[in-house]
Amino acid sequence: MLTLDINGKKVMVKSDPATPLLWVLRCELGMTGTKFGCGIGVCGACTVHLDGAAQVSCLAVISTLGNSRITTIEGLGGAEAVALKAAWSNIDVVQCGYCQSAQLMAASALLKQKPTPSDKDINDAMSNVVCRCGTYPRIRAAIHEAARKKTG
Amino acid sequence: MLTRRTFLIGGLGVAGAAGALVVGWSALPLRQRLVGSAPLPVQGAEVPLNGWVKVSSDNSVTVMMCKAEMGQGIYTGAAMLLADEMDADWTQVKVQQSPIDKIYNNLDNIVGDLPFRPDDHSVFEELTVWMLRKASRDFVGTMITGGSTSINDLWQPMREAGASARMMLCGAAAEQWHVPVGECRAENSRVLHPSGRSASFGELAELAGQQSLQTHVVLKTPAQFRLIGKPVKRIDGPSKLDGSAKFGIDALPDGLLYASVLMCPTLGGTLKDCDDSVARALPGVVKVLKVDAYNGGTGGVAVIAENVFIAMYALDAVAALGIEWNHGAAADVSDSDVVRSLTDALEHSEGHAYYSRGDVDGALGTAARVVSAEYRAPYLAHAPLEPMNCTVQVTDDGAKVWVSTQVPALARKQVAKVLHMDTDKVEVQVLLLGGGFGRRLEVDYVSQAAAIASEADGRPVQTIWSRPQDMTHDFYRPACVSRFRAGLNRAGELVAWRNLSASQSAVAASLKRNYGIPDPLCDRTTVEGAFDQPYEWPNLRVAQTTVELPVPVGFWRSVGHSHQAFFVESFMDELAAAAGKDPVEFRAGLLEHHPRHLAVLRRAAVLSNWGRPLARAPDGAACARGIALHEAFGSIVAQVAEVSIGANKTVCVRRVVCVVDCGTPVNPNLIRQQVEGGIVFGLSAALYEAITIDHGQVQQQYYSDFPIVHMDDCPVIDTDIMSSEGEPQGVGEIATPPIAAAVANAIFALTGQRLRTLPLQLA
Repeated sequence: MLTLDINGKKVMVKSDPATPLLWVLRCELGMTGTKFGCGIGVCGACTVHLDGAAQVSCLAVISTLGNSRITTIEGLGGAEAVALKAAWSNIDVVQCGYCQSAQLMAASALLKQKPTPSDKDINDAMSNVVCRCGTYPRIRAAIHEAARKKTG
Repeated sequence: MLTRRTFLIGGLGVAGAAGALVVGWSALPLRQRLVGSAPLPVQGAEVPLNGWVKVSSDNSVTVMMCKAEMGQGIYTGAAMLLADEMDADWTQVKVQQSPIDKIYNNLDNIVGDLPFRPDDHSVFEELTVWMLRKASRDFVGTMITGGSTSINDLWQPMREAGASARMMLCGAAAEQWHVPVGECRAENSRVLHPSGRSASFGELAELAGQQSLQTHVVLKTPAQFRLIGKPVKRIDGPSKLDGSAKFGIDALPDGLLYASVLMCPTLGGTLKDCDDSVARALPGVVKVLKVDAYNGGTGGVAVIAENVFIAMYALDAVAALGIEWNHGAAADVSDSDVVRSLTDALEHSEGHAYYSRGDVDGALGTAARVVSAEYRAPYLAHAPLEPMNCTVQVTDDGAKVWVSTQVPALARKQVAKVLHMDTDKVEVQVLLLGGGFGRRLEVDYVSQAAAIASEADGRPVQTIWSRPQDMTHDFYRPACVSRFRAGLNRAGELVAWRNLSASQSAVAASLKRNYGIPDPLCDRTTVEGAFDQPYEWPNLRVAQTTVELPVPVGFWRSVGHSHQAFFVESFMDELAAAAGKDPVEFRAGLLEHHPRHLAVLRRAAVLSNWGRPLARAPDGAACARGIALHEAFGSIVAQVAEVSIGANKTVCVRRVVCVVDCGTPVNPNLIRQQVEGGIVFGLSAALYEAITIDHGQVQQQYYSDFPIVHMDDCPVIDTDIMSSEGEPQGVGEIATPPIAAAVANAIFALTGQRLRTLPLQLA
């Protein structure tokens, strides 16, 4: 049994310690907001926060996580997240929605680090999460809007 | 004694009676689509007013949704149709997946596959469409979300259902208030009377449910629309921001087990033998089993386990000991064989002419200038972000299926077949689709999941494909080679056009593997985008020749248009250049009798500042524009791409201006979303995507070797929607076809290089 810090709560998990966090979240804990896309960290669909930084959960083996603070879409809060969700809603970003948990996780980590990101900052931070529906232009606009409203 | 003569007469009598029945059937009006064959499922105080909507005492209006939501926004767009006519308060509207019933059969899907040009309004065309729509309602149709048909298909029945429900609510109020029903009207989920009395839909729900069904309704005029035409936000938006939206992969019934599969790497192959001793001994592994090939798919080995990670890990253990496969027919096929088959077909066949006019050979013979070209497009995978998955529970009582699918009725039928059950013992719960793009029109993964779950002693099993399995076992957009020969006269006017393309037929393959229907001998989708465009000149022949290859092909967003638009609109640009004319003016000259197309073309030119100097890209590189015009799924689209060349000869698409005429714009917000998404989807194919095959094995496995557009290479997209009061047309696929040509034409303008093969790569 390992203890993980997920969304501010200590959670005992019984999955094998070699299991990636993604599958512990989905299969053992029933937290389905974090999505499976590729399993090798190239699509970014399973992005969560580990100690506030955006990381893919499909490669994060739970035995290596120690006391890391894990945040998933279900527990995503704070001023950045509120501003981003408002902008996502105002601009109506989502289409199929499958990648959007990950997009929000990546975007909120970005805003925390860079409150007023440039287009290049957005490219650097967001190009790891693919969207097959092509919502990129709206994601970019929503990040800018969230940054503007939060700092303005 | 039965003589030959009486037998013949008797036979004629039977045939005559059957003929009379058919004539009689076809003369009857279209069967109603208002009420289904079984009562709607209800929860709490919900009252069904017809097969499409329920009203509850809490004022909620629940729209029954027969289409799958895969990002295209149909939950929102279709619900708006009903809510507008019902005068429902949009904030009270919810959506619930409908049961399977014939009233929800898609009447426009098969019609869309008929080989008629959009400008064909002959009696034969109208009669055929009428018959087929009727037949789709009664016999041959199915519930299907595809072909960009949803809004078109639902435009009539969902507005009628909304109007009918509104009349029943007004009838309830009139009965309660003892006033003539004609004096009552509805507004924002309330029924109002001039006396000042009013009641909410919730208050009237129960009594409304007791009113007689209203079948004769008067629909609103466009001036009366309150929701239709507004940029309403997505009804599924909020659930997709907090992780609560449920996709197929998120079905977690109690006691769930997981399965993963490793299919024969050769398409269409099956498992011969494997050593599962190590895998079976792993903790958490429940079972290792052989799975057959279903519905045109591939056979393999599956592991059922306590979680996905164990299942996938155990499959690796099976593979590590070596697996023996029956590779099947595809093992002899590699890319070079595909290209050879297609070009051989072009050499040796005249093809089936889908459209011809005038004397092409004569006109080519006397043309002042003849231009020839050959274009090529590769196989493509759909690669939706949610990999193929399906959850099934098989018990003695029947089966329950949780799946993201575009074809729930077909899925139910195929599961019943695999499990040797009656169809009505199978319940299908359709969840949100994490992308479809045509991949989820197939049921190979559904049948396979049912077979796997039948080995789990009644426990539900979620079968999930790994990304490589998904990428290497798709039903691919057919590869295609197309040849053109066109003639210009001395004035540089187009006088002759001969076009022949070769590809596999997705319709023939799909009908066979999913419906058991033999080859229809003609497949409009192979040549759509080539034979059905509006341009007019005196002599042309557009033909296609179908090649059979053991590579499974299917319906990829915009289907035939996806490559034919690239061919036709690139070649059109070649002709403009050969004639020494501006690409916009050259096209405009062929559209004299097509004012809608001409208006879209002109608008795109204006909005993109066509013909004006273009600023350099931020990296200092020169930029150029390219244009393409295309009609698909009843809508007209023009795109102008602004392109520069970056480091290592990469093609950088800076901006795309897109103008669409899609009839009545039901929801401009959703239309813009689909235009943006369609362009990005098409741009991935234009610049990067190709599936290659070596001895029947697909060589790409991940988004790293089948790259798609990311944030950093996504252009700015400016969309403009033409105002229209015509019937609303498809929008889910329309923006994908023209982008490759617009980009290729910009590359030509910039570099002088004419790229005729997808993906576009500079020499």
